[in-house]
Amino acid sequence: MIIATLCGMGFGTSMMLKLFIEDILKDEGIKAKVVPWDLGSFKGQNADIIVAPVDMKRHLKSATSKVVLIHNLVDKAEIKTSILEAIRSLEK
Amino acid sequence: MIENQKSPRSFFLKKILTIETVRANVRVDTWQQAADKVGCLLVEAGKVETKYIRRMKQALDEVGPYVVVAPGIALLHARPEDGVLQPCISLITLENPVEFGHSENDPVDIVIAFGAIDKDSHIPALKQLAEKIGNEQIIKQIRSATSDEFLLEAFIASNQDLSKSKEN
Repeated sequence: MIIATLCGMGFGTSMMLKLFIEDILKDEGIKAKVVPWDLGSFKGQNADIIVAPVDMKRHLKSATSKVVLIHNLVDKAEIKTSILEAIRSLEK
Repeated sequence: MIENQKSPRSFFLKKILTIETVRANVRVDTWQQAADKVGCLLVEAGKVETKYIRRMKQALDEVGPYVVVAPGIALLHARPEDGVLQPCISLITLENPVEFGHSENDPVDIVIAFGAIDKDSHIPALKQLAEKIGNEQIIKQIRSATSDEFLLEAFIASNQDLSKSKEN
């Protein structure tokens, strides 16, 4: 499974999200590759799940992956609930 | 996983946090002024070129106010090639919160700026930063800091607390 985290430049916000998600996956024993994406280069790339800040919703209208929007990007509990829910929905 | 990503140049927050780049209770009226103030600290400390401030503001104009990462907290940065001379971070608290235009997390009273010299050496420091701003106790201390010294202390002391709790 590939999980992409999205932000404007690909190494700030998206990197923070990636680090949190890797911790969560490790705790849960879930294997997935987490890659940070930036807005300029994400088109044409594939991921099972895209995790993005809620205010980037408008950039994701054409996304075919499962999209997870995060409201508070440093709230591990919110990120955990949202990402696990998305992973489970894909497993069904 | 994170071990693998560490570049030889990687560093932790402690190395880049200094009294020169923190300011408590700064007075501004707009998010642009807040970006100027937090960016100026980095310019004055010789960490970034002046154009870096403009690039940080441009980035926000282009991709939107998602940089307000949590309620009241904005994290600004531009790219390494936008004039970063040394890895750096600055932090200001605002006397009066300002609107960044975020759909949920406005108004903002803590503004952080960082400069990275490449795409990965800042990762250990960024992780520490994320843990800190995700910790309500630490944010409370930062918000209540009345001087630059207290503000820095709130950050550094909490750093030790975090590493202690990890050892346990």
